[in-house]
Amino acid sequence: MYGIVRKEQLAPNTKLFEITAPAVAAKSKPGQFVILRIHEKGERFPITIADADPEKGTVTIIFAEVGKSSTQLGKLEVDDAILNFSGPLGNATKIEKFGEILCVGGGVMAGALLYQMKALKKAGNKITAIIGARNKEHLILIEEIRKFSDELYVATDDGSEGKEGIYFLKDILEKKFDQAITIGPTSMQMIVSEMTRPYGIPTTVNLFPIMVDGTGMCGACRVTVGDETRFACVHGPEFDGHKVNYDELISRMRFYNPNEKIAMLLFDGV
Amino acid sequence: MTIAHKKPQTEMPKQSIEKRIHNFDEVALGFDEELALEEASRCLNCPKPQCKKGCPVEVPIPEFIQLVKEHRFGEAASKIKEKNALPAVCGRVCPQEEQCQKFCVLGVRGDPVGIGRLERFTSDWERLNVKTKAQKIEQTGGRVAIVGSGPAGLTVAADLAKLGHRVTIFESLHTAGGVLMYGIPQFRLPKEIVQTEVEYVKSLGVELRLDSTVGLLSTIQELKQNGYDAVFIGSGAGLPNFLKIPGENLKGIYSANEFLIRTNLMKAYKFPEYDTPIRVSKKVGVVGAGNVAMDSARCALRLGAERVYIIYRRSRDEMPARAEEAENAEEEGIEFMLLTNPVRFIGNDRGFLEKIECVKQQLSEPDKSGRRRPEPIVGSNFTIEIDTAVVAIGQSPNPIIQQTTEGLEATRHGTIVVNEETMQTSILGVYAGGDVVSGAATVISAMGAGKKAAKAIHEHIMTKKAA
Ligand SMILES: Cc1cc2nc3c(=O)[nH]c(=O)nc-3n(C[C@H](O)[C@H](O)[C@H](O)COP(=O)(O)OP(=O)(O)OC[C@H]3O[C@@H](n4cnc5c(N)ncnc54)[C@H](O)[C@@H]3O)c2cc1C
Ligand SMILES: Cc1cc2nc3c(=O)[nH]c(=O)nc-3n(C[C@H](O)[C@H](O)[C@H](O)COP(=O)(O)OP(=O)(O)OC[C@H]3O[C@@H](n4cnc5c(N)ncnc54)[C@H](O)[C@@H]3O)c2cc1C
Ligand code: SF4
Ligand code: FES
Repeated sequence: MYGIVRKEQLAPNTKLFEITAPAVAAKSKPGQFVILRIHEKGERFPITIADADPEKGTVTIIFAEVGKSSTQLGKLEVDDAILNFSGPLGNATKIEKFGEILCVGGGVMAGALLYQMKALKKAGNKITAIIGARNKEHLILIEEIRKFSDELYVATDDGSEGKEGIYFLKDILEKKFDQAITIGPTSMQMIVSEMTRPYGIPTTVNLFPIMVDGTGMCGACRVTVGDETRFACVHGPEFDGHKVNYDELISRMRFYNPNEKIAMLLFDGV
Repeated sequence: MTIAHKKPQTEMPKQSIEKRIHNFDEVALGFDEELALEEASRCLNCPKPQCKKGCPVEVPIPEFIQLVKEHRFGEAASKIKEKNALPAVCGRVCPQEEQCQKFCVLGVRGDPVGIGRLERFTSDWERLNVKTKAQKIEQTGGRVAIVGSGPAGLTVAADLAKLGHRVTIFESLHTAGGVLMYGIPQFRLPKEIVQTEVEYVKSLGVELRLDSTVGLLSTIQELKQNGYDAVFIGSGAGLPNFLKIPGENLKGIYSANEFLIRTNLMKAYKFPEYDTPIRVSKKVGVVGAGNVAMDSARCALRLGAERVYIIYRRSRDEMPARAEEAENAEEEGIEFMLLTNPVRFIGNDRGFLEKIECVKQQLSEPDKSGRRRPEPIVGSNFTIEIDTAVVAIGQSPNPIIQQTTEGLEATRHGTIVVNEETMQTSILGVYAGGDVVSGAATVISAMGAGKKAAKAIHEHIMTKKAA
C-alpha cells in the first residue's frame, strides 16, 4: 500500500497527490510514468510522474477526473492508501544541453512538463515555455513554471486568459530552436509537431495510448512510428513527433469509450 | 477380485458443454474420494517405477499413490510437496500424457494410471482439509533475490527457503503467479488455487514484493550490491509476437497476451463489477493453434462470441496444442480453419476490424528431412468476416532485464544463455531458468529448471559462506 501524504485541488476536476513510494521515488526521472490500481477490482491505469523527492521518498502525480478510475482516485484523502503503484515505467526524457528549447504543455500535463523543465534548465538550456488549457480555471502551476522559463506564454482554448488557441506558436517559431518537447492532449501534441516540422526543429512527443501492464507484455499501447510498430510503454512513451501516426493513435485511444461510459454511469449511480 | 489395473483409466467428471460455454467455472471437476481410490487401486507400485523418469521434478509417484490407497490423503499431499511446490497447478495443466503417464508400464497394454488426476485430487483434498501454517526453518544467513513469480521463480523460492535461505521475490505485476495468473484461464486453472499455492510458498518465509519491475526499479547489479548472495531470473516469455501484416493496428485486434490478461488477471469477464473492459463481438478469429490460441478461443466463446475460428497455417498434425485442449475447444464449437494463412486485416472507415483476408495453403512434397511445408496456393485468397481478432503466434522474452544488465549473455531471440547443469548465466552468482531461457515451454519444465538452479545456488552460497 502506498500512502497519500498531500492532496491539492489545482483546478476543477484536477488533483495533485503526493504519494509515499520510496523505491519509486529513488529511481523516477522526468518523462516516466507509474501504473496505479486503487482496489482489488480496479483497473491498471497510467499517470505521468510530475515530481519525485528521493529524500522524502515521495512521488507526485497530477490527474484529471475524466472517468471512473480517475474519479475514484480523486475521492481518496490524505492518509488513505493506493493498493498498487508500479514504476517508474517507460524511458526518461533525454536531458542534455540542447541550447534553445521549446517546451509546450497542455492541461493536467503542465506538472509533468515542469518536472522535465527543471532538469532541462539544470542542464543549461534556455527555455521558452507555452502552457495551455481549456480555459482560465484549468491553467495550473503557472507561477512555478515561470521560475524555470526564460520566456513564458500562456494560452487557452477560449481566450479567457493569455493567447487564444495554439496557432500563435507560428510567430514564436520564427525564433530559432534547437529542440522542442511537448506533452499534453494528443491533438495538441500533433498540432505542435505539424507546426515545428517546416522549421526542421527536432520535436519529442510523450504519448498516452491505452495501456494495461506498462511493461511490454500486451501490445495494447502499440503506435506506428515511421514504418514501425512500437510499444509506447517500453519503447516510449517519448517518440519523434514528426513520425507518429496520430490518426491511428487517436482512433485506438477511443476503443473502450462505450464500455467506460457504462462504468461511469453505474459508478455515478451509487 | 477384479484386476484393477486392467480397467480403463477412471473418467473425471466435467461440466456439460451447454453449461460450461456460458461460464468461467472450471471445466474438469476432479475426482471425489471414491473415484480417486478406484484410480489409485490401478497402480502396481512398481519396484522400478518408470513413471518417475517422465517427471522433470521427480515427484515420488508410486509412494504418494500408495498413501492415497491407504486413505492417507494429507500425507500423500506432503509427499508430493517434498518435490513439487505447486501440485494443484501441475495436476491440472501438465501434459502428463507426454511425461509421467507416457512411461507408466500400464500404458504399454492399456491406459496408464491417471497420475495427474490423482495429483490434483490429493492437493485439492489438502487445500480443503488442512490449514497451512508458517513453518520454522533454521536460517543459513544466505540471501537470494528472485525476479518473477511464475512457476520457475516460485520453485526456486520454495526450495531455497526450505534450505534456510532468506528469499525475496520481485514481481512486476500486482499479483504473483506469472502465466498461471495472467495467461491460463480460470476455467482451466482457478486463480484461487494458484493463490493458495503462492500462500504456501510464502508460508515457508518467502517475502514477496509486487509492483517491482527489476531493471527499472532496481537492476540486477544493484540487487547484488544490496547484499543478495545470488539472483535468479525467472522473468518468463511475456513479449507478444505479432503477424506483421497490414491492418494489424485496427481496433478489435488483440495480442493473445492482452486478451488473456484482460480476461484472466483483470477479470474483464466480470465488467463492470471489475473495472477493466474487454470488447468481444459476435465473430472472433484466433490466429495460431497452440495452447494459448485454444485458451483465447475458449475465452472468446465464454465472453459471448457466436462464432469463433482457429486460423492456422499448417495442418492438424502440426497443431502445437495439447490434444486434450484442442478436443475441448472443438467440443465447445470452435471452428478450425486449417491450412489457412492470414495476409491482411481489413477495417472500416472508423478504424474497426471487419474482415481478415487469408490465403489457402497446401502441404509441399516432403523435403529431404521428410517434412512437408505449407505453401500458399496462388489465387486462393478469401476473406472471413470477423470483428475481433486474437493473435496467438507465440511469445518471446521481455527484453527489459537483458537490456539493463551489463555482461548478461543472451541469444538473438532474446533468451538468456545459461550453463545447462547449474543454470548460471554469464554473470557469477546470477542464475536464470524457465521460459526466459527455453523460450515459451511448460509449467513443469520451468519448475524443473528452477529445481536445478536452486541446488546450484545453495551450493554457491554454502561455498561462499565456508570460504
Ligand atoms: C503513459 C500515460 C501517462 C498518462 N499520464 C496522465 C497524467 O499524468 N494525468 C492524467 O490525468 N492522465 C494521464 N493519463 C491518462 C489516464 O491514464 C487516463 O485518464 C485514465 O486511464 C482514465 O481512466 P478513467 O477510468 O478515469 O477514465 P475512462 O473512463 O477510461 O476514460 C474517460 C475518458 O478519458 C479518455 N481517456 C482514457 N484514457 C485516456 C488516455 N490514456 N489518454 C487520454 N484520454 C484518455 C477516454 O477517451 C474517455 O473519453 C496517462 C495515460 C498514459 C497512457
Ligand atoms: C495462455 C497460456 C496457456 C498455457 N498453458 C499451459 C499448459 O496447459 N500447460 C503447461 O505446462 N504450460 C502452459 N503454458 C506455458 C507455461 O505457462 C509457461 O511455460 C510457464 O508459466 C513459464 O514459467 P516461468 O516461471 O518461466 O515464467 P512466467 O510464468 O511467464 O512468469 C514470469 C513472471 O516474471 C514476471 N516478470 C517479468 N519481467 C520481470 C521483471 N523485469 N521484474 C520483475 N518481474 C518480472 C512476470 O510478470 C511474470 O509474473 C501456457 C502459457 C500460456 C501463455
Ligand atoms: S509406472 Fe504406472 S503402475 Fe508403475 S508405479 Fe508408476 S504409475 Fe504406478
Ligand atoms: S501497456 Fe502492455 S505492452 Fe505496453
